[in-house]
Amino acid sequence: MKKLIVISGMALIAGIITLSFRAEKAPANNYPTLPKDSAGSAKAFMSVYKVLMSPRCMNCHPSGNAPLQGDDSHIHTMNVTRGVDGKGIYSERCSNCHQAENAAGLHMPPGNPKWGLPPANMRMVFQGRTPRQLALQLLDPKQNGGRTKAQLIDHMANDDLVGWAWHPGDGRTLPPMSRPAFAAQVRLWIAKGAYAPSAKTK
Amino acid sequence: MITITVNGQQHDVDAEPNMPLLWVIRDILGLTGTKYGCGAAQCGACTVHLNGEAVRSCVTKINRAAGQNIVTIEGLSAHNNHPLQLAWNEMNVPQCGYCQSGQLMSAAVLLRENPNPTDQDIDDAMSGNICRCGTYQRIRSAIHKAAEMQTEGAKI
Repeated sequence: MKKLIVISGMALIAGIITLSFRAEKAPANNYPTLPKDSAGSAKAFMSVYKVLMSPRCMNCHPSGNAPLQGDDSHIHTMNVTRGVDGKGIYSERCSNCHQAENAAGLHMPPGNPKWGLPPANMRMVFQGRTPRQLALQLLDPKQNGGRTKAQLIDHMANDDLVGWAWHPGDGRTLPPMSRPAFAAQVRLWIAKGAYAPSAKTK
Repeated sequence: MITITVNGQQHDVDAEPNMPLLWVIRDILGLTGTKYGCGAAQCGACTVHLNGEAVRSCVTKINRAAGQNIVTIEGLSAHNNHPLQLAWNEMNVPQCGYCQSGQLMSAAVLLRENPNPTDQDIDDAMSGNICRCGTYQRIRSAIHKAAEMQTEGAKI
């Protein structure tokens, strides 16, 4: 009897552990699908692309190793660099100035608990990417942080740091559409087949 | 009441949670070595260590520091003998001195993480600390000097 209780207990623990991993990693096909439509999918991606290339998103997805600032996406002052983990180096760690929330006032440091760039081994560059290049990059787990399509949707729709773009603090422009509209376009892009726009699309 | 540890000493501070850490350090605890420069994390004069990181205390709210360890310039070493302080003294780095406590606190993080920094490493670490007197060349020399002293000290 005792043995049975121990075995049941172990099975229960193993089950909980398995479930907790499943909760972290959404199943690969856990997203809505529609009939495949390459034109509709690529059109939806173009809306997504316009948001991703807005300064609020692109400034932390630069082609170099320094973050960008402002609506003109100039290189961050103070010689700030990415570092291995994307959070800066030495006495210039992002969170040394950027707090868990925006500081009030014009030209004050914006903030979020996760403030930073993508890490050095997964740079996820947006700056300079064509629509086709960015779409293919976002869909490639080797370049998108190991995300499935479902996780990509979840990241775009629910991630807190992504959401900062719509609450960027005083004096910063917003992305060209609301976050729910953006998330809807991401879902539409993937539901219709996750097609990349043609190489000619600008 | 918010409890913070500053230079190894615990303080119960009666402050509004949004009060900048810099105000607490200077106005409530009376540690005036840390300076107010810009109030916008642009100049580095207010740099202190929060759990070892060189935070700008003018934009860091006291509630972020609750229960954490803070080190100010007064606590960088027991007898003003941190290699950086010795090198600063030897090379006569300060002119007006206003930015220097922030410079030292930033440089201390650099030397802790990189005992032998290159000029590029110094640029990467120190560009967030502005000096209105333009003592940058002496700051650079003193950091190299302190790195040597630290290495020599480690050999003894």
